[in-house]
Amino acid sequence: MSAGHQTDTSNHSHAHHGVNHGSLAGYLTGFGLSVVLTAVPFWLVMTNALGNQMASAIAIMAFAVVQIIVHMVFFLHMNTRSESGWTMMALIFTLILVMIALTGSLWVMYHLNVNMMPGHDMSQIP
Amino acid sequence: MAHADTVIDDTIFHLEDDHGHAESGSSTMLGFWIYLMSDCLIFAMLFAVYGVLGGNYAAGPAPKDLFDLPLVALNTTMLLLSSITYGFAMLEMAKGRVRPMQVWLVITGLFGLAFLGIELYEFAHFIHEGATPQRSGFLSSFFTLVGTHGLHVTFGLVWLVVLMVQVSRHGLIAANQRRLMCLSMFWHFLDVIWIGVFTFVYLMGMLR
Repeated sequence: MSAGHQTDTSNHSHAHHGVNHGSLAGYLTGFGLSVVLTAVPFWLVMTNALGNQMASAIAIMAFAVVQIIVHMVFFLHMNTRSESGWTMMALIFTLILVMIALTGSLWVMYHLNVNMMPGHDMSQIP
Repeated sequence: MAHADTVIDDTIFHLEDDHGHAESGSSTMLGFWIYLMSDCLIFAMLFAVYGVLGGNYAAGPAPKDLFDLPLVALNTTMLLLSSITYGFAMLEMAKGRVRPMQVWLVITGLFGLAFLGIELYEFAHFIHEGATPQRSGFLSSFFTLVGTHGLHVTFGLVWLVVLMVQVSRHGLIAANQRRLMCLSMFWHFLDVIWIGVFTFVYLMGMLR
């Protein structure tokens, strides 16, 4: 019984080794990149190094996108081959939905706020 | 009758085949990934709510009055460290070494607890200053978004403890390995969500 489990376990870990568990080098690379990609945005905001709020905002968003990709690749082991590409398809589908929801909400609600401002009377426009 | 028996036998054969497939963990991984994607949609909705309501202070405190960036940086460090230690636990699991794996899982749990402790300290501090979820649209959406993430981390910790007990009782059987891999994805996924939180809520809040 226990010998059977042992065999099963070793087969299993052998089958997945290097595919799903990643490697020490991979985890350390991901961790090192994450530390840099986290520290720089905090530094940018805390010291106002760029001296421009818009530039800082764009920079920290760019760092966030890169760090999310780093986590996906080095920690979640995303690639185009796992599950014959179905994990990637699910991810792309989700990203499309997220983009529609976020940009749609922000865009519609921003214009709603602007157009509903007190004193903005549509009937006064010729 | 004989024909019906044959059909049933045939069906059972296929079920056994499917069961063996599930035990290998490959279909579970895809299913769990799809669950994570649906969880991602929940967070996307909460981010959208925060994006819409995040500027409605109702003459109450703004992010600049509340947020303490060094504390957030410390919190981010805790979650990032717990991600890498979970990775080390998975590497030990791949080698079949139970004891070192359990030690890494304990360290992961402690970093997770530290994260939750700092977050609860921050929430308590806000509420003590009168910045309660009822105060403004900004604070309602802030507590909903960050609180939902914190709740995920809490359930991740419960899951972690349950799996550590499972492994200590049954060893690194295939089912436990599969469960540990699911929790691994869940844990790293929460770290990915936290990247969005500290960027869009805390850092962008200080720039507003």
